Amino acid sequence: MAVANTVLTGDGQNAGVGPEENYINHGKGILSWLFTLDHKRIGIMYLVAILSSFFLGGVFAMFIRTELLTPGQTIMTADTYNKMFTLHGAVMIFLFIIPGIPATLGNFVLPLMLGAKDVALPRLNLASFWLWLIGASVAVASIIIGAVDTGWTFYTPYSTTTSTAVVAMTLGAFILGFSSIFTGLNFIVTIHKMRPEGMTWFKMPLFLWSLYSTAIIQVLATPILGITLLLLIAERTLGVGIFDPSLGGDPVLYQHFFWFYSHPAVYIMILPAMGIMSELISVFSGKHIFGYRFIAWSSIAIALLSFLVWGHHMFTSGQSSLMNMVFSALTFSVAIPSAVKVFNWLATMYKGSIRLAAPMLYALSFLFLFAIGGLTGLFLGSLSTDIHLHDTYFVVAHFHYVMFGGTVIAFLGGIHYWWPKLFGRMYSERWAQVSALLIFVGFNLTFFTQFVMGSHGMPRRYYNYLERFTAYHQASTVGSFILAIGFLIMAGYLAHSLMKGELAPANPWGAATLEWEISSPPPHNNFNHEMYAGDPYDLPALRWDPSINGYVRRDPSSILATTEEAG
Amino acid sequence: MTAHGHGDGDGLRIDHHFENADQQYQSAKLGMWVFLATEILFFGGLFTAYTVFRVNHPEIFIFGHHFLDKGLGALNTVILICSSLTAAWAVRAAQLKQIRMLKLMLVLTMLFAFGFLGVKGVEYNSKWKHGLLWARQYKPHVDHEQATEVQSVEVSIAGAEVGAEVIEHDSAGDTVTVESEVILVGEGGAPVPVPGEADRSKIAPAAEGPAGLAAPGSEEADDSFEVEPANAQTFFSIYFLMTGLHGIHVLGGIAAFIWLLIGARRGDFDSGHFTRVDMVALYWHVVDLIWIYLFLLLYLID
Repeated sequence: MAVANTVLTGDGQNAGVGPEENYINHGKGILSWLFTLDHKRIGIMYLVAILSSFFLGGVFAMFIRTELLTPGQTIMTADTYNKMFTLHGAVMIFLFIIPGIPATLGNFVLPLMLGAKDVALPRLNLASFWLWLIGASVAVASIIIGAVDTGWTFYTPYSTTTSTAVVAMTLGAFILGFSSIFTGLNFIVTIHKMRPEGMTWFKMPLFLWSLYSTAIIQVLATPILGITLLLLIAERTLGVGIFDPSLGGDPVLYQHFFWFYSHPAVYIMILPAMGIMSELISVFSGKHIFGYRFIAWSSIAIALLSFLVWGHHMFTSGQSSLMNMVFSALTFSVAIPSAVKVFNWLATMYKGSIRLAAPMLYALSFLFLFAIGGLTGLFLGSLSTDIHLHDTYFVVAHFHYVMFGGTVIAFLGGIHYWWPKLFGRMYSERWAQVSALLIFVGFNLTFFTQFVMGSHGMPRRYYNYLERFTAYHQASTVGSFILAIGFLIMAGYLAHSLMKGELAPANPWGAATLEWEISSPPPHNNFNHEMYAGDPYDLPALRWDPSINGYVRRDPSSILATTEEAG
Repeated sequence: MTAHGHGDGDGLRIDHHFENADQQYQSAKLGMWVFLATEILFFGGLFTAYTVFRVNHPEIFIFGHHFLDKGLGALNTVILICSSLTAAWAVRAAQLKQIRMLKLMLVLTMLFAFGFLGVKGVEYNSKWKHGLLWARQYKPHVDHEQATEVQSVEVSIAGAEVGAEVIEHDSAGDTVTVESEVILVGEGGAPVPVPGEADRSKIAPAAEGPAGLAAPGSEEADDSFEVEPANAQTFFSIYFLMTGLHGIHVLGGIAAFIWLLIGARRGDFDSGHFTRVDMVALYWHVVDLIWIYLFLLLYLID
């Protein structure tokens, strides 16, 4: 393949904003989407599915907050309330946030960052999406046949005795688990086997490092969830008794099983978000990422440490005090790689030329919120304070600061960052900033109040509360309404962008990773020549080209493979 | 192995996103190994549950394992090891483009797999006859004749009635039966029958032969299973969960071998393409390996 020729197609097309052949108009009809093997289409289908789940989980959250506007009954009975918080948790965790970033942005971006035409196992990728659909349908069906009121953790013995639809919901989560395993497996293989020329392990974009670490957890932890839920189903339907003390079983064993998956699972949620952060901070600070190797290794360190801390969920379950101490110490150790990342991001921003575009606003939000979420985790990891804070709103607030303030905010940042690449359209920057601000304010109002009331002793999951917590609860509810408005505005301008947004250039942000070298939206086959990957954070290699409103490479041949290895 | 180093055949269709056959082969192989790791972890959860329960209640396992047939378990172990050999041979045959040999080995492997399931079926059937089932279905009978007599009733009726039925038939059940009936009947408050000589099991104690209920009162009988411990049914729950899940994997393996056989007949492997055979064989070895652990942990407890 002649280099000169490919340069032309590579760059000439980049500038073009016409209705070129791309993955969206390549093949028509719903079936061409549902049975596609194209990672980009699968990523988009996942995006639609996962944002729908987010909406559903959000509706449940709104019901919860509205109910808590006043003590006693506001809009629903106590039984309905129990189901609401369970469904909110189960839908948000299993349907939305675990598949979240890897299955949507990861699926779309990972092969592009590798200069590859697809993930290594495209059929498995499609299978993963279908498993998600089936699992989600079963989980949603459980809502119709009676919902679940156990909390998303399905703790025994309540989950084996309640009359609600525990089997359907856990079966749904079981199937969703395999979807997650297949995504992780696929990413591991793709990253191992499909890196382009020039991309050694330590030349990979950090988003790929984070997806790789995430995939390790997905593959190693999720089978345990599978067997745990299977045992729970067997316990309910057959009465096996492994978790039933009246039959010689041990309910705390269930908690060990459950958290052996579900603690690593919170790193499945946060690690990809950290990967997005590394991309955003570098690009929008106009600077090479600081401490590349430290960030890369800290992802791996978090993935490995994640398997050693599950016991901190059982400090009050009668664990031996030696185990408590060990788990507490290990829990603190997770703070080290997390802080390594945060300090490296800060150092990247230092003396950078920071552009406050919407993705960067989310990145800054993340830094602030994740710092609070992470540091309050230390309160909960300390044995003495945890006894006081256990099962209070403090835990709820900590979890939401990490998961919402961390993962969701970074996810939103990632969506805004890659949106032009995904759909080939720009969104309204002004409205994006308004929405980002509302979400930041609404979020803090919702959850910071929960730190306060939690430390004052307000227990989580309670339907009723003492008069003195009313002000906090009402502030929290008002905050949640502001949050909802922020999201509605976002839905509005993103929908508008899809229809009437300005056409996006290939590289609107000046990023140096390979996905920005092809047109927006990308062509069906991604790259029509072998790529050479240099330093993913070599931002000076790009220059602003006002004629296309985007960035172009100073030396386009620098990203083409030098050898004809193909064939 | 050179065949590995150079990837997988020449005439193979390479998917559009791979650069060459070797990359495609290596990807499949890594993917399969990762998948097998998840399979082992999946069973690992069950092994953990087994370990915790056994540490807490060793008597249940010592009691329960006497009712498993070591001979049949060993036979199945041999069958699976042989099937692993034929599966490996099938891979070699595919690499060497010996299609006839490949087909033969695939058929042999499948026959072994069916043989395994057949033996397992015999074992399950014997458990079923003796009412040695999981959890709430656990209703051990005294001997074969009575077992068949009562069986039809037992299957359809649950709870106190079952207990009453059994007690009616064996006017004086032995201790083993009585204890379990009390558990089953629960709050039903069934009267505790007096053990009598006449109705004792005529099956030899398991220590001396194949599965069967112990003859209570026999001086030589092993103390550990003369008296049924509380919650003895949990052993059988774990037994059925673990072997059942393994059995499902055997069925999956059979389906995969049928798929390979169809491919072999269609000529998919004529060009020396062997990735698919290799992957299925890897899976089959893991299924085999898990069985070996199940055999050790469930059958050979003493």
